[in-house]
Amino acid sequence: MNKISDAFNHGKAFIGFITAGDPDLETTKKIIKSMAQGGCDLVEIGIPFSDPIAEGEVIQNANIRALKNNVTTDDVFDMTKEISKEIDIPMVYMTYLNVLFRYGYEKFLKNAHDCGISGVIIPDMPYEEKGELQSIAKQYGIEVVSLIAPTSEQRIKVIAKEAEGFIYAVSSLGVTGERSEIKTDLASITKAIKEVTDIPVAIGFGINTPEQAKKYSAISDGIIIGSAIVRIVAEHGKAAPEYVYKYVKSIKDAIK
Amino acid sequence: MANGRYGIHGGQYIPETLMNEIIKLEKAYEFYKNDPDFNAELDKLFKEYAGRPSLLYYAENMTKDLGGAKIYFKREDLNHTGAHKINNVLGQCLLAKKMGKTRVIAETGAGQHGVATATAAALMGLECEIYMGKLDTERQALNCYRMELLGAKVHPVTTGTMTLKDAVNDAFREWVSRVDDTLYVLGSVMGPHPYPMIVRDFQSVISKEARQQILEIEGKLPSAVMACVGGGSNAIGMFYNFINDKDVRLIGCEAAGKGVDTDKTAATMATGTLGVFHGMKSYFCQNEYGQIAPVYSISAGLDYPGVGPEHAYLKDIGRAEYVPVTDDEAVEAFEYIAKTEGIICAIESAHAVAHLMKIAPKMDKNDIIICCLSGRGDKDVAAIARYRGYNINE
Repeated sequence: MNKISDAFNHGKAFIGFITAGDPDLETTKKIIKSMAQGGCDLVEIGIPFSDPIAEGEVIQNANIRALKNNVTTDDVFDMTKEISKEIDIPMVYMTYLNVLFRYGYEKFLKNAHDCGISGVIIPDMPYEEKGELQSIAKQYGIEVVSLIAPTSEQRIKVIAKEAEGFIYAVSSLGVTGERSEIKTDLASITKAIKEVTDIPVAIGFGINTPEQAKKYSAISDGIIIGSAIVRIVAEHGKAAPEYVYKYVKSIKDAIK
Repeated sequence: MANGRYGIHGGQYIPETLMNEIIKLEKAYEFYKNDPDFNAELDKLFKEYAGRPSLLYYAENMTKDLGGAKIYFKREDLNHTGAHKINNVLGQCLLAKKMGKTRVIAETGAGQHGVATATAAALMGLECEIYMGKLDTERQALNCYRMELLGAKVHPVTTGTMTLKDAVNDAFREWVSRVDDTLYVLGSVMGPHPYPMIVRDFQSVISKEARQQILEIEGKLPSAVMACVGGGSNAIGMFYNFINDKDVRLIGCEAAGKGVDTDKTAATMATGTLGVFHGMKSYFCQNEYGQIAPVYSISAGLDYPGVGPEHAYLKDIGRAEYVPVTDDEAVEAFEYIAKTEGIICAIESAHAVAHLMKIAPKMDKNDIIICCLSGRGDKDVAAIARYRGYNINE
């Protein structure tokens, strides 16, 4: 199994997100492979959830499409296990806490580990509530990624001190989605994080152009792109892998 | 009570972006709830604007007809805007003003909480935007226009099942986008801490008054108090000041829709399982993979796949009992109380009346039941007519 830190060992990291099962799991596998070939350093696999409150419309719709296909958590595990044999970069799951809770933390984390997953990102589990999951995740070598928001202020240091894997710095207020302009003073936030931890910081929410990728990777250790990739999948369906490859490559080239 | 836990339930399962705002809200509330000026202002609004205290009405006809326990109704339907929702929104909007907020947002199902929020916002000069499932905006077109009359902007929510839970999702999404000047005025005893506590405290005026009123009238406590439960705000309001009166049964009536053995139900206590959603750990209607289930009830106000964490706790410890009531039973009760007492109550409240009709005859003449009539039924008349096969438009 690859570690999250491997993603940050060769320059600025590009973290790409994809919703599992949109348009179908076979295509998801191909897309993940294209992402790895295009230069992604870490893949975030979204396990679909009925009510993704941190997502903008693009990823909400991807969740709805995947659930319409009856994609279950078990199906995502199977898909992950297969693709883990074909790629050589770390993978994490992004989903909502109820998906893990209802499956059973212990069983979920064990399966995730067995499928080659290195970490989990849970947007509706803030610092105060991570205890119940983190203790079990540790047993299976799964790192729980912490998010830091533009509104975190005095919480930045508290969260950063206990962070694992990488820190997901949320660029803007609001939900996920492509933005033409990001107003948050991310350089100051990254600086505050760096004062208390050596863990890498990646910036996400809103980034979609190579120019933005270049700009924000310059003040951090990497960038995260989700909606722009998911939109390509929405547009091209089963034909998406080659378009995703081209897009990923254009971003990776920009941050090199 | 660390992080707002009720036993294992409750908590603060929300995005990091909202955490500081939720902490600010909690601190502001902890300060103002003990502030004499705040309480005097709220009390004045309750009395002079909402019309409190609400009446405790002895339903003599029903008592005689059902032939058992003595029946009283706590008349929240007589409040300004026609439901208990006004108690909570006056409190939260006043709190918003004290916190320096200029804008409030809210979710609504049937439209009662939306109308109440728009009302309080108009009164206090706050900008107001309401999130309402598109299906509900169609079912409750009149309430939409009512909110607009009051100066609010209504956003029809087109995601997911286009009902209450999706309205809550979108209200959270909007709040994450704009926290500085905005307070999310949550309508029930749900969501992340401190909401279940704040809403309960503002609604507890129901049982505070009812307890005093029944002691004055009857000189003793009731054998049972009851209310309908969706998220559970009128029920917790009705229960709260009786929780320590161990001999008073607390009965919550949830919406079974077409029946708890069908998939057309919203009976969370009867059919739900433990989960984490909308900021809280509690019971939810969901599948084995934790996907939140589409729920159904004739009542848009009870059409919610979860229940407040304090209710989940009261169930766990056996202090309160929760029973499912079907659409058919609720509609029969809606018609019965209209013909027998001359009261057209909300279809939500009729769920409690339906169960009351089952248990009152089995109880002794010395027993007293207080049932909360959470709202009035004008909004439901057209829907009930359609249910009975009359083609009436609003």
